[in-house]
Amino acid sequence: MTVILNEGDSAGTTGAASGSPVDAAPEPGKAMTRGRLVLIRFMRNKLALVGLVLIVGMYLMAFVGPFLSKWSYDTQDYSAFLEPPYADHIFGTDKIGTDMFALTMRGLQKSLLIGLLVALISTTVAAIVGATAGYFLGAADKALMWVVDLLLVLPSFLIIAILSPWFRGKSWFLLVIMLAAFQWMITARIVRGMTLTLKEREFVKAAKFMGQPARTIIAKHIVPNMASLLIIDATINVGSAVLAETGLSYFGFGVQSPDVSLGTLIGLNAESATTFPWLFLFPAGFLVVFVLAVNWVGDGLRDALDPTSTRVRRKEKKDTKEKAA
Amino acid sequence: MTTSEIQFDVPADPVVEGPVLQVEDLHVSFPSEAGRVQAVRGLSYHVSPGEVLGIVGESGSGKSVSSLAVMGLLPSSARITGSIKFQGRELIGRGDSELSKIRGRRISMVFQDPLSALTPVYTVGDQIAEAILVHRKGAVSKAAAAKRAVELLDLVGIPNAAERAKAFPHEFSGGMRQRAVIAMAIANDPDLIIADEPTTALDVTVQAQVLQLLETAQEVTGAGIVIITHDLGVVAGFADRLMVMYAGRAVEKGKVDEIYQQPRMPYTLGLLGSIPRLDVGEKQALVPITGQPPSLTDLPPGCPFAPRCPMVVDACHTAEPPLIEVDGSDEHHAACIRTGEIAATDAEGAEAAAEIFGAEVVEEPEIAKVPREQRDIVLGLDHVVKEYAVNKGVVFKRRVGTVHAVAGITFDIREGETLGLVGESGCGKTTTLMEILGLEKPMGGEISVLGTNVSSLDSKRRFEIRRDMSVVFQDPMASLDPRLTINDVIAEPMQVHGYSKDAINRRVPELMRLVGLRPEQLSRYPGEFSGGQRQRIGIARALALEPKLVVLDEPVSALDVSIQAGVINLLEELKSKLGLAYLFVAHDLSVVRHIADRVAVMYLGKIVEIGEVDSVFDAPRHPYTQALLSAIPIPDPVKERQRERILLTGDLPSPANPPSGCRFRTRCFLHASLPPEKQRTCIELEPPREVQAPDHEAACHFAQIRQVL
Repeated sequence: MTVILNEGDSAGTTGAASGSPVDAAPEPGKAMTRGRLVLIRFMRNKLALVGLVLIVGMYLMAFVGPFLSKWSYDTQDYSAFLEPPYADHIFGTDKIGTDMFALTMRGLQKSLLIGLLVALISTTVAAIVGATAGYFLGAADKALMWVVDLLLVLPSFLIIAILSPWFRGKSWFLLVIMLAAFQWMITARIVRGMTLTLKEREFVKAAKFMGQPARTIIAKHIVPNMASLLIIDATINVGSAVLAETGLSYFGFGVQSPDVSLGTLIGLNAESATTFPWLFLFPAGFLVVFVLAVNWVGDGLRDALDPTSTRVRRKEKKDTKEKAA
Repeated sequence: MTTSEIQFDVPADPVVEGPVLQVEDLHVSFPSEAGRVQAVRGLSYHVSPGEVLGIVGESGSGKSVSSLAVMGLLPSSARITGSIKFQGRELIGRGDSELSKIRGRRISMVFQDPLSALTPVYTVGDQIAEAILVHRKGAVSKAAAAKRAVELLDLVGIPNAAERAKAFPHEFSGGMRQRAVIAMAIANDPDLIIADEPTTALDVTVQAQVLQLLETAQEVTGAGIVIITHDLGVVAGFADRLMVMYAGRAVEKGKVDEIYQQPRMPYTLGLLGSIPRLDVGEKQALVPITGQPPSLTDLPPGCPFAPRCPMVVDACHTAEPPLIEVDGSDEHHAACIRTGEIAATDAEGAEAAAEIFGAEVVEEPEIAKVPREQRDIVLGLDHVVKEYAVNKGVVFKRRVGTVHAVAGITFDIREGETLGLVGESGCGKTTTLMEILGLEKPMGGEISVLGTNVSSLDSKRRFEIRRDMSVVFQDPMASLDPRLTINDVIAEPMQVHGYSKDAINRRVPELMRLVGLRPEQLSRYPGEFSGGQRQRIGIARALALEPKLVVLDEPVSALDVSIQAGVINLLEELKSKLGLAYLFVAHDLSVVRHIADRVAVMYLGKIVEIGEVDSVFDAPRHPYTQALLSAIPIPDPVKERQRERILLTGDLPSPANPPSGCRFRTRCFLHASLPPEKQRTCIELEPPREVQAPDHEAACHFAQIRQVL
């Protein structure tokens, strides 16, 4: 085909048209992709960065830490009972001589794993249910939203507490499923709302008019366009799942012995908080720091992904004021 | 328009001699991720009392920012330097509370979007009264302000003003809202009115009404007006002086007639040449300005327009040219070092642009030589009906009415032909389009695509037919999935229709070249492209399956004029090369005249006039077509001032309750002028579509030709 290459409007401001006859002017550096922009904005938020480092550090510590320690969570050191932290037992020992570091790491491991899985499962379920309800509407929407409403009014804590004797002795994975089952509903509602607006966008219509089946449209066009919401949601969900699990375990409904989680440790050692503080402070401290870090990262992600965030501008204003002074 | 009985009070301050507004060397910059954006760079202008200054430029040229700076409405992060003198008083550096005394009282503003300019929770009357009360606490009683609000609404031509003052903004149509905003703007008899794209969000017929109203407002208040627009047509007949902005600076200013007839800056030339003209019958060469406005973060030295300029020489890159006097006139200034050479060309205005920019008329396609009757019908609609039920009640839904969105429309499109479908918003254009694209059995009538009746299709055949029909949407931002690379976007239809990987990999770069983009850009995301480029990508996607018919839903209305010309040229080129048929939906009649072979005018779900484009435009038979055509401004000040405008009264009636007989009769000037017995025909009988001339039908009982261009 002999077409005159119309370089027309192809000289991008972002340097999209390097080499074209029209951009004789030097182009500014590298193209600013969306990913890079989000990264830059995220990096600018120091608190979120600290949070990210803490989270990654804690996952590493929980899973690698036990290999570095000579103690295990299910063996006891019969030469040290209720010892405060010292060189041999850096977090001290409990009343039967178990190393608190090994115990805390094991608890942290379990809690973080449960948190991560619950967040992944609940966000996935929310995305699928919400997008399906919003895209098809009609009967599918009514049925799915009815389930959402039903689950929202059920007291999740009570139900899991009542069911706990049933899954005693079975895999901890059942607990993950139970927690996830009660955590996806609100997100599913938000996803449904966003699907309703996305459905009216022209690229979704274009896909429909070219004969793309509904399931592909949802997977290819609708869910990826909610990625920022889903990422933020999953992050925050990790925190709340960890909290829910510790809450349940504290009352003895969650993770069952001999396995431990942060919740069981806190529950067991709560009464020793004033007398033998190391028994309580280490698991509790890890819990608090972790949830705090998750929220910082969540905030940072929201600011970075939200184009209307004003953090940057405020910062520059401050800079100019300082210069003027 | 009713004559005003309102007595505006004498200004509190003594009248200052000289210009109302004097802007000197204004600079505005904003912080951004990429560095400081120099939105306005050394802008100077003045407005005298009673004068209309038009500011024209592409989006991002700094025209809105400069006027927001005058109003003191820029965010606190903006850095403003220079001088803005209003009636001799400096405005820069004044506090917000001080400016508030001037804003709305002495300077008022009319915004682009009338919906967001009014508060939804207060009645329109209250909001206008508030505008008065806020500046005259104590001096005016509440009752007097309310009375004044009604008078103002009456002045801006809202019928039943006393009743309508109690209505909420959502009960007003777009045009009425803009009237209310103008009423608010003139409530305090300001000395300066700034209108920021006051008609962009409105339909052409309403646009004509609003422009007329602004003129009235100016006569009543004697204020200076600054009108900001991107449409050179709008200001041609209205403005006294014009200022063309580019990259945050004025590049040409002068008297309206001088600029339209002897533009001396290549950018102005290009702008003038890029507008399709409603009053030009023969094929006109449209000038696309290549490239796009420079990024305002770090401008290279030299003329900012140089990268896009056809007349660029080495000297252009050394320094930014200052505004200099041209043609020996102290009114006309242009910022170009080659103004003398432009003046030396023989042609004037748009023709000079075509000459300098080297635009050519696109050739007619091969198929156009075959007589229309012998070509195959690509798309046929026969009395297609689409209605929506209006339901009420929460538990038991009762049907309380029907919206007749499309009330039996008939047209066909033959191979290699473009049909323009025009009409105001709400007339059923988009519904018709969706009916065609949905390929479902219509509620009434028949749709056939390539000779196949849509009602008889099973899902497999329907899927196959989708290959031959594709769509290009209006909004280039929304029509491409931001999460897919351009390669995936263009490949999607081929993947759906089971093309092999190799075939797709071969075809995609080919399509990119076809629409004038480089295949190297395939791995980029839509966000990295400009509006015009994205529209080209949308066209490439539409052409991927080699369709016979492309449905274009306002494909250029979201683009800047300079870019628009490039896309129109591309569409014409493709049509001629690939023998495509277009269904071109638009509200811009000038674009339709340029690109279409036939045109169908829709009003309230019905086609009122259809036929060969030159016949319809040069000799319109239906009063609605005449009104539509006369409402479109022509970018030629001399012609524009001589034209007689047919102003339609009111807005489109609700399609849930259309008027009996002829649907247009409620707004028809012809109907109003008829004797009562003839009027009865309009009220009782629905006019059938009758042949008026070869390939020209109109649905009016009393059709007569009226020249409006």
